[in-house]
This record gives sequence, C-alpha cells and structure tokens, in this order.
Amino acid sequence: MVNQSNKVTNTNITKLVNKTYQYGFSTSIEKDIIEKGLNKETVQLISQKKKEPEFLLDFRLKAYKKWKQMSEPEWAYLKFPQIDYQDIIYYSAPKAQKKLKDLSEVDPELLKTFEKLGISLNEQKRLSNVAIDAVFDSVSIATTFQEELSKSGVIFASISEAVHDYPELIEKYLGSVVPIGDNYFAALNSAVFTDGSFCYIPQDTICPLDLSTYFRINDEKSGQFERTLIVSEKNSQVNYLEGCTAPQYDTNQLHAAVVELVAMENANIKYSTVQNWYSGNEFGNGGVYNFVTKRGLCAGTNSKISWTQVETGSSITWKYPSCVLVGDNSQGEFYSVALTNNYQQADTGTKMTHIGTNTRSRIISKGISAGKSKNSYRGLVNVMSKAVGARNYSQCDSLLIGNSSNANTFPFISVQNSTTKIEHEASTSKIGEEQIFYFLQRGICLEKAVELMISGFCREIFTELPLEFAAEADKLLTLKLEGSVG
Amino acid sequence: MNLNSPLLEIKDLKVSINDNEILKSLNLEINKGEIHAIMGTNGSGKSTLSKVLAGHPAYSVLDGDILFKGSSILDIDPEDRSHLGIFLAFQYPIEIPGVSNEDFLRLAYNSKQKFYNKPEVDPLEFLSIIDEKLKLVSMSPSFLSRNVNEGFSGGEKKRNEILQMILLDSELSILDETDSGLDIDALKIISTGINNFMDENKSIVLITHYQRLLDYITPTYVHVMQDGKIIKTGSAELAKELESKGYEWLTV
Repeated sequence: MVNQSNKVTNTNITKLVNKTYQYGFSTSIEKDIIEKGLNKETVQLISQKKKEPEFLLDFRLKAYKKWKQMSEPEWAYLKFPQIDYQDIIYYSAPKAQKKLKDLSEVDPELLKTFEKLGISLNEQKRLSNVAIDAVFDSVSIATTFQEELSKSGVIFASISEAVHDYPELIEKYLGSVVPIGDNYFAALNSAVFTDGSFCYIPQDTICPLDLSTYFRINDEKSGQFERTLIVSEKNSQVNYLEGCTAPQYDTNQLHAAVVELVAMENANIKYSTVQNWYSGNEFGNGGVYNFVTKRGLCAGTNSKISWTQVETGSSITWKYPSCVLVGDNSQGEFYSVALTNNYQQADTGTKMTHIGTNTRSRIISKGISAGKSKNSYRGLVNVMSKAVGARNYSQCDSLLIGNSSNANTFPFISVQNSTTKIEHEASTSKIGEEQIFYFLQRGICLEKAVELMISGFCREIFTELPLEFAAEADKLLTLKLEGSVG
Repeated sequence: MNLNSPLLEIKDLKVSINDNEILKSLNLEINKGEIHAIMGTNGSGKSTLSKVLAGHPAYSVLDGDILFKGSSILDIDPEDRSHLGIFLAFQYPIEIPGVSNEDFLRLAYNSKQKFYNKPEVDPLEFLSIIDEKLKLVSMSPSFLSRNVNEGFSGGEKKRNEILQMILLDSELSILDETDSGLDIDALKIISTGINNFMDENKSIVLITHYQRLLDYITPTYVHVMQDGKIIKTGSAELAKELESKGYEWLTV
C-alpha cells in the first residue's frame, strides 16, 4: 500500500515541480568581449580594459598565480563534469559608451531587460526605498540613488567605479576577509572579477535606503565573476539585498563570486540573497554552476553580521556564507532556505568562527529537495581557545518531496574552549500523499496545499527577509515546485 | 442534478488497491435526510469505501459506478468532490506541521466559496464565522493558532474533523470511525455536534465498530459489511442485535 501511494505522489509531485523558468530569455545587444580562455594576458587585458591602478593588477596577477597552483575542491557532495576553464569568456560588456551621466544614456535594450525582470532602474518610478546596482554580464550598467546616498556619506557604487574614485578604500579592504588564495574559486574570482558592488557606510550612519545589486548573466559562454565589498564603520547599519537570474541555455555557465563584509564596532550588516539562476531543465541539462565565497568579518566589539539566503536556482550550488567573529560580543547569523528540484545539486551551509569572547552565532537552515535533486547542509562551528563564553545554536531541517530526492546534513563542530555552549537540532520530514489527500478532501487544490506547507516550513527564514523579498521568495518557491507534488 | 434521484448511489462497485480486490460488487443507496451506519469486522472494506467515495488516488475502481446527485463522480478530482458536497471525517486525521488550523480552515472555506463563485472572506470575517462553529464542538479559539492536528489528543483530532464538517456544510458526510478512541464526554460532544448538524437536506454515513455511538445518533439504516459487500441491512435494532451476538452470527 505504501508503495502504491508513493508512486501516485511522485507523479503529482513531478507535475508540480516542473514549472518553466520565467527569466529564461536572453537579450541581444552589442558587446565588447575578450576572447574565451584564461591566461596571464587575459588577466592583464581585463585590468587594462578597466583602466585599473597598479595595485589591482598586482592583486589579480598574484591571484592568477595562486589559482594556477590550486585544484578544484572535491569534498563537496556534488557531481559535475570537469569544467573547462579555457572555454569560458571572462570579459563581456555591453558596448560602451563613455561614462554615463544618467539613466537616459543607458541602452534602452538593457533597461527593458531589467524592466522585464521586474526591476525598475528608473528613479522616478521607484516604489520602494531601495537603491539598485544593476550588473549585466561583466559590467555594472547603472547604480541608482547615488546622489541621495552621498548626502549621508554612504558610498554605493559599482566596484569598477570605486576602484577609480576610492582606490585607498579598495586597496585596504579588498581581499582582507577572503584572501586571494582562500580557495580555488575565490582565487579565480580575484584574478578575473569584472564588476560588482562597493558599499561604504561611514561612522554613526544608518544607511537611509536598502542597497541592492541585481545580477544578470546574459551571454551563453560567459562566466560571471562579481565581487562585492561592504564596509560598515563604527555604529553604522546597512541592509543589503542581492538578486540574480540568467537566461535558459543548454550549456552551463560558471558563476564564481566573492562577497566580503567588514563590520566595525557596533556595526550591523544584514545581507539577503534571493538566488534564482537558471537551474537547468528537467533532464538536468544546462543551468548555472554557482561557486560562491561569502564571508563577513565582525571586526569590532558588538558588531553583527546576518546572512539570509533563499537559494532556488543554479544546477550546482557551492556556497557557505560565513562569519568570523573577532570582536568581543559580536554576533553572526545564518538563515537559509535551499530548494532543489529535478537534477539540481546544492551543497550549502555556513562557517562560524568564534575568536572573541562572548561571541554568539545562530544557524537556521531549511533544505527542501524534490525530483532527483541532492540537497546538503554543510556547516562548521569553530570555537577557538580564547572565545570564552561563546555560544552557538544550530537548527537544520530537511523536507523531502517525493521518493527520489536526497537530503544530507554534514555538521562539523570544533570546540577548544570549555566555557562554550553549543546546541544542535536537526529534523527530516516528508510531504506525503496522505497529507496532500487531506488538503484535497477539504477542497484545497494541490498548489495551495504545497504552498501552505512550504511556507510553514520556511517561516522562520522568511521573517528575516525584507518584506518585498519575503513575498517574492514565497512565490518563487511555490513556482519552483509546481508540478512536483500531489 | 435530478431532484428525484438519491443523494448517493453506489452500483456494483468493485475496487482494488495494489491488485487486491477489496470491494466486490457493493451496492448502496442513500437519500437526503437519512443516516446510514456501516458496521463490520476489520478488513471488511469499510474504510476503503469511505476513501473511494472521497476519491483517494491509491484505489482503482475496476467496475461499477458511484453517482452523486444523479451523476457519476468517478472522473471527478478529490477537491471537486469536496466542493460538490462530499466530506470525509478521517479515521486518523493527518498532522500538518507548520500550517495553522486557522489558515487551513479558512483556505478550505474560501476554496468552496470560490468554486461556487461566491466572495472569499478575509481573515477577520472568517474569525466571526469560525468562532460560532467552534462553540458547537466545545473548542476554544486558542485551537486556531495551533498547527493542523499537530500534538492534538485523539479527542481533539476527532473534534477538529467534526468542526470542519460543520464549517464546509457538506450534503454527504462520511464519518470513518469518528467514535473510536473517544472518552464518553468527547463522544457526547461529538454526537451533539453531529445531531445538530443533520437536517432533511443532508445525509450521514457512520462507519463504526460499536453500538456505543448509535446510542447517541439514531441511524435510519444499519448495514453490515463483510468481504467487500453489504451482507445485511436493517434498522437501528440490527446494531443492538450485533452488539449482543457478534458478527459471526451473520456469517454462519
């Protein structure tokens, strides 16, 4: 009896999960491209095209050298064919154009692309209090509200702009949290990163707007290597949002980003991501390979960094937003929902390194696996010997949909201080046919039933997201699961 | 809908699960205003019958037909059967973590409203609707904020089923062993709820093992099921006879 009902659930679940990807269009536009392949010359050419100062070229070349000596990490619970790094375009930019004075000079095709994605770059049309940096393939095309932000001393610019306008800040902080040789993908990014966002919140400032970057991969053969750097000075506060989509191609695109956060004394950074890169089709063809290094440094006492992520896209996700808690009484948080479907694979989690006294960390991870996907939580709570009174609370919940999906948790805990308090909770549950039948019998259709159960499962995470993001995330999850339950 | 036809007509129904034939040529006719009690030993097919009527996807109908208000419902999805007026009170109500009873009940109510092109109610309006129904089954409003059936006692789960039955106001309610596992007080509350709910436009099917429930709810007919068929039909007296003589008396 169990078997039979499971069969039925599976077919219905499949129906619900397999909804088409609505961001799968591509934009045709004139581009400036560096021919595919990676060598020292490519790195030099990128730096040259971006007219970078000497220190940055050095940074890139050192990273390239490191990268050459390293090999791809193999410890993650992921399976994918060898990536050919010579078959990737490392620089692709919409043909420009001198420096843009305002939005009216942006290619209307590009503006249309972002409008289609539901992102209005038109400041007159703004609905919410969010400043946006829009990154298209390798280059930031527009950053809104810069003027308004600068009144309070906040710098919000594309990293390429910042390199020219604030070179001393970039030189000081770039690579300070994620060193160039940190890992294979971080080294690659450090060598070839093309754009991204830079935010600087001066002392005693609460950033008046939420800051947001929207990443869009457009080219079939191009990789996206963005770099984000956020520095929050003493007693400052910022909310940062990140969104991403890509067109639908049969081939895989590589995305290897590095995000560095620095929080000084009493500073508070909240970083939220809704990741919706193209995840491949129902047979596992195509999709983005997402190898991301995100790390925050709580440098000052009482500082706080909070990561919230909703990961729904990419065919491969390799991502561990982490906190290094150096300042006494500093806090790190990680809230995550990762949804995988079809042949998607996600190996994601966090690292909390407790160095200062009375440092606290909190990890809430929710994994949802449907189809034939693999979804793993991997976490490390590392308490160093001087972290007197450190505390950690971790909770990892997995939800399985159907019979062919896979959920794993790999929690590592290392404690070198006897005053530490660590709590870890984990659970695994499954949306079963009997639950669904109960909803149906009460007249509630399949989609609604799943939506209700999924948002119930993710509630703790969604409450951490900014309001408009939370609604989007809720919708997104339901959409991704359409056709997969029942 | 044919006004003269019975509310429910089951004709020569044969049903299997995993290639096991459970219902073997079952016939039953239920008219508005009637209460039918279905009794029988474990494994006689009572629960299968209730699930098949509600459209559970694990069962296959091999032969025969089920007519509801004169039309066949074999090709109708479970959620639409619910909207048309078939309610099943589950023998083992399902726990749904993370979903509050209030959201669940409101969604169920609004789904039916929508089906009949009636306006959906907002959470505030719904509270006043549900508040009244809660009283009918002696449930406290605090119940609404708890997750559906999660951590409910056996009695609370069954009361929740009756609450849903009253809320959805279905014409045909099938109560699968709603009396099992209840103490005498809970049994009284539930029976009162059912009796108040019943009127001349509705029908109820009570699936039960025991005469006990029938002390509080008087059935129009009592059927005895065995091996996938109804082997005897009688009045309320039949239940009492069964209670004293056991089922074997019928099969010899």
